[in-house]
Amino acid sequence: MHPIEIKPNVYWVGAVDWTTRDFHGYSTYRGTTYNAYLIMDEKITLFDTVKKDKKGELLHRIRNIVEPEKIDYLVVNHVEMDHSGCLPEIMEIVKPEKLFCSTMGRKTLLDHFHREDWPYEVVKPGQDLSLGSKTIQFIETRMLHWPDSMFSYVKEDKLLISSDAFGQHFASSERFDDEVNLNDLMYQAAKYYANILYLYSPLVSKLIASVQEMGLEIDMIAPDHGVIWRDPGRIINAYSEWSSHKARKKALVIYDTMWHSTEMMAKAVADGIQDEGVSVDLLDLTVNHRSEIMASVLDAKAIVLGSPTLNNGLLPRMAGFLMYMRGLKPANKIGAAFGSYGWSGEAVKLMNKVMEEMKFEIVDPGVRVKYVPSHENLKECVELGRRVGKAVTEAV
Amino acid sequence: MQKYKCDICGYVYDPEAGDPGSGIAPGVSYDDLPDDWTCPVCGAAKDQFSPTD
Repeated sequence: MHPIEIKPNVYWVGAVDWTTRDFHGYSTYRGTTYNAYLIMDEKITLFDTVKKDKKGELLHRIRNIVEPEKIDYLVVNHVEMDHSGCLPEIMEIVKPEKLFCSTMGRKTLLDHFHREDWPYEVVKPGQDLSLGSKTIQFIETRMLHWPDSMFSYVKEDKLLISSDAFGQHFASSERFDDEVNLNDLMYQAAKYYANILYLYSPLVSKLIASVQEMGLEIDMIAPDHGVIWRDPGRIINAYSEWSSHKARKKALVIYDTMWHSTEMMAKAVADGIQDEGVSVDLLDLTVNHRSEIMASVLDAKAIVLGSPTLNNGLLPRMAGFLMYMRGLKPANKIGAAFGSYGWSGEAVKLMNKVMEEMKFEIVDPGVRVKYVPSHENLKECVELGRRVGKAVTEAV
Repeated sequence: MQKYKCDICGYVYDPEAGDPGSGIAPGVSYDDLPDDWTCPVCGAAKDQFSPTD
């Protein structure tokens, strides 16, 4: 794939990773891209680099436009290794006059590469940088999603180079949103938000409001992963909804099971939820990846958890999932729990505790069943589901 | 003295250590921090902190 001119004299020069399937525990079954952008101006400027093993792809694309040695400036919008892994090698080749980054960017680069001798130029939020015919405005976006994160806005092109925000782990031969299947794209964008940015939702809301206040006109958003948005309104609106925790009339029953008892209970709970006219997904943790489940959590109103008791605790897959979900801080959810047990039966209490920590509205103390559920036990589970379904209907 | 944790990034303000990078000397309690003090890691406002152990 050749470099793609996304705006006059602005080129995508990144790398497409068709084979990656695990991104620090996030399942990337559609692969991903590491996007870097090159502006040809009086000062030739490269925005971000790529993962270490994709250096050749980046250099090849740059060389189709200009010899890398001619690049004057490097901008590091985000230090994470998938965007900076090959930075030391690129620095050796390019030897840029200046390396622009945020205050925290400088510290983070030093903590990664330990190079005091690089020509850091720390930018202040809102600071302008003239490249000749184009002007870059830097926008600090701390904790979206690292302390060093920032955006670069190309004023003349109304182009927002947005670092990881608005990204998707989505490999494709096309580079723009309107060239790929929209449902696939929006699913990958939602999954990305749910697994990377969910916990920073209050900051996302604040950022969208401040961008509107600044009166920043945005014609195109170029993130560091996935396709480029020629319809920026679509993804900005989606981020507004996700960051405000807007939920649909939907519930998830997430469970793991040892000898199918908790699975039987899960199905009965789902039946009860459905009885109330609420859509429900049954998600067995043995076959659903945690990062896929998080994409479903994003717009679900209720989360119902099921686990039997093992060794006085939870089944490990549920324990792992709960640890992961808690860190991502979903909010404004309705919760309930259920599970089978043999003698001690702590699982329901443990799941309720984590949901309380996440400030879920627990609508029922939960259902516990000894060993194998009877017909009467399953009726209790249906009743639990109905209670959840009713609460969802009242809330949405 | 009571420590406070940033709700956004998890940074803990420990009064015994202060925040020398922002000109806050050791020994300044959270309550005595200036209103415009922000989290040295993520820039969160002072009211986005909660008491912690």
